[in-house]
Amino acid sequence: MNHTARVLTSEWTKIRSVRSTVWTLAAAVLVTIGLGALICAVTASTFDDLSPTSRTTFDATYTSFAGMGIGQLAMIAFGVLVVSAEYSTGMIRNSLAAVPQRATFLWCKVLVAGPLVLVVGMITSFGTFFLGQALLGPHGVGIGDPGVLRAVFGGGLYMALIALFAIGITFVLRSPLLAFAILMPWFFLVSNILGTVEATKKVGQYLPDQAGTTVISVVPETLDRPYGPWEGLLILVGWTAAALVAGLIVLKKRDA
Amino acid sequence: MIELRDLTKRYGPKTAVDGLSFTVRPGTVTGFLGPNGAGKSTTMRMVLGLDAPTRGDVRIEGKHYTELKEPLHSIGALLEAKGVHGGRSAYNHLLCLAQSNGIPERRVGEVLEMVGLEGVARKRPKGFSLGMGQRLGIAGALLGDPRILMFDEPVNGLDPEGIHWIRTLMQRLAREGRTVFVSSHLMSEMAQTAEHLVVIGQGKLLADTSMAQFIAENSRTHVRVRTPEPERMRDVLTAEGLRPATGADGALEVDGAEAPRIGELAAEHRLVLHELSTQRASLEEAFMRLTAQSVEYHGHAPGDGDTPAPGQPPGPAGGPASGTGTGPGEATGPAQGPPGGGQPPPAWGQDWRRRGGGR
Repeated sequence: MNHTARVLTSEWTKIRSVRSTVWTLAAAVLVTIGLGALICAVTASTFDDLSPTSRTTFDATYTSFAGMGIGQLAMIAFGVLVVSAEYSTGMIRNSLAAVPQRATFLWCKVLVAGPLVLVVGMITSFGTFFLGQALLGPHGVGIGDPGVLRAVFGGGLYMALIALFAIGITFVLRSPLLAFAILMPWFFLVSNILGTVEATKKVGQYLPDQAGTTVISVVPETLDRPYGPWEGLLILVGWTAAALVAGLIVLKKRDA
Repeated sequence: MIELRDLTKRYGPKTAVDGLSFTVRPGTVTGFLGPNGAGKSTTMRMVLGLDAPTRGDVRIEGKHYTELKEPLHSIGALLEAKGVHGGRSAYNHLLCLAQSNGIPERRVGEVLEMVGLEGVARKRPKGFSLGMGQRLGIAGALLGDPRILMFDEPVNGLDPEGIHWIRTLMQRLAREGRTVFVSSHLMSEMAQTAEHLVVIGQGKLLADTSMAQFIAENSRTHVRVRTPEPERMRDVLTAEGLRPATGADGALEVDGAEAPRIGELAAEHRLVLHELSTQRASLEEAFMRLTAQSVEYHGHAPGDGDTPAPGQPPGPAGGPASGTGTGPGEATGPAQGPPGGGQPPPAWGQDWRRRGGGR
């Protein structure tokens, strides 16, 4: 077994041996699906009250992802905790004393967390879609309809990327308090406002979540964006890569 | 072997470690001594490559730390901040460290047994006492069966049984030919474990010497005289050109003369002596004298206004610690004499004074 494989094993042990992993990831799945189901059920029962325009541009796929805005916060919490626990407990000193190759350390953490959040993201995404469509009944769409599979698959990728973005940011910020205090309100509120309000929309629509969520819209009219769904996700990929590189730079430069 | 060359660490305008150069050799326990804030932990973090030196470098068996592919096989360390995730069981904590360095899993059980934590292996360290946390940290240091061991304040939080255990462990590790580098701010602790001594104060090297030599060079001997007629005795001694000082209990303390000579003087003048003894300063005192100028945070005894001026008696609880069984006789504090007489009393942290109060 080579060095990288050993560090990967070690990081996997770290992730699976703390309860916060299970709590945060379970919360991501349950909150997203639960909230999505609730909103789909409500929408289905009040569908006839919608205005004609709303009915024609109704995006059943997007509606079933209504819980993702809150559910993603749990994914962010997972990402923050995976990194900040190292710093808040002082474990980072043991970790870096054992693996002084800091780039290897960071990438192994990402490579272990990545597939895990991808699997959880896909479960969430497909779960919330199918349950949501079932509840929407006649107003729902099928996975085979145009653009739907892309949206659902993209939703899973989105959840994973948001967690990795949080990992990168937390490597920069180090402190759990700081990371939560910045990321949570940002993704819960600030980013939404910046991406919707006319005055800031031009720039705000390129923010990680504003760009990333376009991938789950099937009816393009609902979102007025100058880029397509995959391009939107690609912008999020760019943000995530930038966050991880920034994290790596801080990790390499600063004293542990 | 750990080699430090001109190791320097600055945080802004403050120099935490200032041009340290010394070598920690295998086969002995090397004590790394200094008051709190002297730069011991910073130095140790630089040894592990955690903090980057501003200048100079450290080599582990001739290599930089980052050149070590799997460092736990070369050097194991217990750092002051134990660095354990409170929610990860002791076993898993050690397992993830072991896996990263290709150490077989059975070794985890072995080191847990070595430190006496096998019973709580599956428990989460959140509920561990300070002593158990230290033991877990030591288990981590032993994982890779390394040739070099580094412990930062290992006895902190340990009960007497634990202190005895860690001392014995360190001496055994050194006897096996390993390099053992251990920091402490307690001289008494070092005196019982270390054979070699590196003393720093405010980041600067103050001494790099064997324990025996350190004692010889830094201890001050004086003669203690108790007599029912201290005033006459004082006159006799002063006439001889000596400068007796009065100790806390009224006994005279004389520097610069041998006990036989003082006995003879007393006999000549028909003075009754109740006590005549040679006092060797304790190691603690020697250490304090050495670092007195470099203590960063001076404490004051209650009621003390300022740091006592040189030559003035220290505060009410003044006088440093007495020896802890290192010198042959019981040592007392420095002279409380006329201005300029004897050594200036070292201003010292309150913890020292409290210890001294137990005399």
